[in-house]
Amino acid sequence: MPDIEVRNFAGKINSPNPFWLASAPPTNTGEMIMRAFDAGWGGAVWKTIGEPITNVSSRYSAMDWNGQRVVGFNNIELISDRTVEQNLREMAEVKKRYPKNAVIASLMVASTREAWHEIVTRAEDAGADGLELNFGCPHGMSERGMGSAVGQVPEYAEMITAWVKEKARTPVLVKLTPNISDIRTVARAAKRGGADGLSAINTINSITGIDLDTFVPRPNVDGKSSHGGYCGPAVKPIALNMVQQILADPEAALPLSGIGGIGTWRDATEFLLLGCGTVQVCTAVMHYGYRIVEDMAEGLDNWMREKGFKTIEDFRGLSLNRVTEWKHLNLNYKIVAHIEEQKCIGCDLCHIACWDGAHQCIHLDRVTGPVDGHVELHRTPAAEEAESRTSIAETPVTRKERAVAFAQGPYPTPLERIPRVDETECVGCNLCSLVCPVDGCITMVQVDTGLKPETWDERTRGAACVTQTQAP
Amino acid sequence: MSSAALSDDEQLRARFSELKPPLTTQAAVIESDRCLNCFDAPCTAACPTHIDVPGFIKRIATGNLRGSAMRILDANILGASCARVCPVDVLCEGACVLTRQNRKPIQIGQLQRHAMDAFWASGETVPMYAQGARKVRVACIGGGPASLACAAELCRRGSQATVIDRRDLPGGLNTYGVAEYKLRAADSVREVEMIRRLGVQFRCGVEVDSAPALEALEKEFDCIFLGLGLGAMQRLNIPGEEANGVINALELIAAYKTGHLKELRGTVAVVGAGNTAIDAANAARRLGASTVYMVYRRSESEMSAFDFEYEHAKQEGVQFLWNRLPVAIREEAHGRLLLDTVQVRQQEGKLERVPESEAEIACDMVVPAIGQSPLTQILQELRGIEVRDGKIVADRATGQTGNPRYYAGGDCVNGGREVVDAVAWGKRAALAMLKSAEVAHA
Repeated sequence: MPDIEVRNFAGKINSPNPFWLASAPPTNTGEMIMRAFDAGWGGAVWKTIGEPITNVSSRYSAMDWNGQRVVGFNNIELISDRTVEQNLREMAEVKKRYPKNAVIASLMVASTREAWHEIVTRAEDAGADGLELNFGCPHGMSERGMGSAVGQVPEYAEMITAWVKEKARTPVLVKLTPNISDIRTVARAAKRGGADGLSAINTINSITGIDLDTFVPRPNVDGKSSHGGYCGPAVKPIALNMVQQILADPEAALPLSGIGGIGTWRDATEFLLLGCGTVQVCTAVMHYGYRIVEDMAEGLDNWMREKGFKTIEDFRGLSLNRVTEWKHLNLNYKIVAHIEEQKCIGCDLCHIACWDGAHQCIHLDRVTGPVDGHVELHRTPAAEEAESRTSIAETPVTRKERAVAFAQGPYPTPLERIPRVDETECVGCNLCSLVCPVDGCITMVQVDTGLKPETWDERTRGAACVTQTQAP
Repeated sequence: MSSAALSDDEQLRARFSELKPPLTTQAAVIESDRCLNCFDAPCTAACPTHIDVPGFIKRIATGNLRGSAMRILDANILGASCARVCPVDVLCEGACVLTRQNRKPIQIGQLQRHAMDAFWASGETVPMYAQGARKVRVACIGGGPASLACAAELCRRGSQATVIDRRDLPGGLNTYGVAEYKLRAADSVREVEMIRRLGVQFRCGVEVDSAPALEALEKEFDCIFLGLGLGAMQRLNIPGEEANGVINALELIAAYKTGHLKELRGTVAVVGAGNTAIDAANAARRLGASTVYMVYRRSESEMSAFDFEYEHAKQEGVQFLWNRLPVAIREEAHGRLLLDTVQVRQQEGKLERVPESEAEIACDMVVPAIGQSPLTQILQELRGIEVRDGKIVADRATGQTGNPRYYAGGDCVNGGREVVDAVAWGKRAALAMLKSAEVAHA
């Protein structure tokens, strides 16, 4: 059975699995965290502790898409509204009852050495297994010179990290804000300041939407709104990108706790494949509750079993060097779309997508006779649609008419609605396979170009040599 | 004409509660989101009026309900009643590509109803189109869907149309002949009112049944559209058919829809197994008949009713007697009837009576429902119009008959199909008339 335990993360943090709750509402109190540990969470980063704040009511908003609730989530809630004493008392209790689970204290105080020294000491005295410096909170706190106000200035981040390291006995993680043009600059600063690890990403500045009746963006706080922090499934691609950037940079790379849109074992595994040592989850738990961790652990376990991995270290980071600069991609690799006729349901979304969004090489000409070549040779989608609107259709009222109307041909879909790919024009962009609603119906098939692999880098370097030799 | 002519009978409404309750707003949005938005969608192609189905569905998803209704009405002015009465299984929903993925088709009919209900609730009116250069004056004979669609299309484009119907209320079978649990007569009348507001004139209670009447119309109008529908119900042609208690299916349906028949008791025998026969049988059950038989001379696999109608009738508790031929009706004491029947079997394509298989069905009502006869009477008066197999011969694309001033569409041309087919005929004819007027003046 695979082992998904985490050992010595960022030096010496252990947890029964890599699934941690991020510093957020689900980790607001000791009672909540203990219930989360009962449900199976390996660790929890406490809701950020600092001088208690006052929150506004109406704090969250979400983006729904195509009937799915909470594709993206946004909040303007600040750090803990409970006193430092209360939080730390509960933390000590949690650590006593759950010694094997990781409890990380997320901290945010005024930017003075004394304030940081004091909070570090108190959190560690309460039994925290590690510290997470909240340099990421993008709303409210940043207006007071904390959170992302620190995380956006490498010098501040380095300085405060160094202050914390002067006192800390447990591993220090710096939580990074994505609201910066290059997240690596702050990651490098944290590393220079002596951080033991990083957490990334925090939420992304957002306005989720505007109420078209009141004209007030959401969430509406008495007629006004404020920039919030965006998270949830929609942000995962952005998070993966930033995590990869950090881990691929020797000056920035540190043990990393991956955050951003993780809701399933699949998401988590992707972060681990980029090299994260643990992952943190918030929005999915806010949507469905702590119970989602069961499938996360089971799913990861099953996947590892299937792939033959015994520990997380067996596959951690395997995908990191699969990301490269564009100039190192093989220009002579060619794929073309292939449509599996037996699976096609005839929605023809690939056809319209290729015509209006790609390279006009998927046609509806199986019956009229295939025509390969440029766009001018073909009827436009608008002409096809117009012709179809002039056809005369009748309700099949007799049994015989119905038998004809619903007669089965060689494929489930009538041949005239099964699109055809003109491979001479297909550039292999993937668009059709992405919009096709049927799994496995459109596949991208590699075509042998007979050319040796060649990157842009190689090609232009070669060209530079040629130019040089030809120069008089 | 007004819906006041229809009694709003509480008991009737209770007995004929809607077969499919409307979708809630959220359910409609969820269902709309499920639509793949196919290119040149098969559902649109399958619809005789070519409603832009994904177009109106995606407008529901975005909350553009006015746009959704307009998308429907531009293609099919009777979109509200078609949403309720169309046999969607064999039309749009039957063509939905999701079925090829073993998924439920989009509930297109229900979504269309949602958009149209929102249209009614908003109090919106149907806007006119940009007016064409040429105007025509058209008389539409018959007040059913074909004529209504033809007249509405003409008036929306700035021409004049007058609908002439022999009944008190226009709407044809939409008003008088559709099962009340699918489409209430009042809803049909409301739809007609919407068409009246486009400028369509109505002459109700007027029969055009003579050559002079037609000549008068020819003088008054440029073109005449024949949306005559079909003739009277076919007779069984068996002894005793004149007995009290024998009432054909369309009479039965019209009688309860207009409040003239409120209750039935005992046993009812419906003869036939088409969609109208099922409507009548279900109606008899809902009106209180304890036992309803459908007597059909052929087998289950040969019945012409749609599968979903057959299933519905079974759920209503209708019992089916297959391969049984009615041979006579006898009157008994206390107004009861005896329907004499005999078992038949197929023999070389002909029905042959099975010896000693006679059986009598004691009942209180016999309802012949073996189809409508073709119109013959008026057609003899029409000069230059060919009638073949009881159907007016008209060009499929234009509805034009052998007499260039006469167009025709709907049941009198296609022999009896669905409301949506009639609408398509009416619309095509209207556009053809306008085009021909333009060509004539070019």
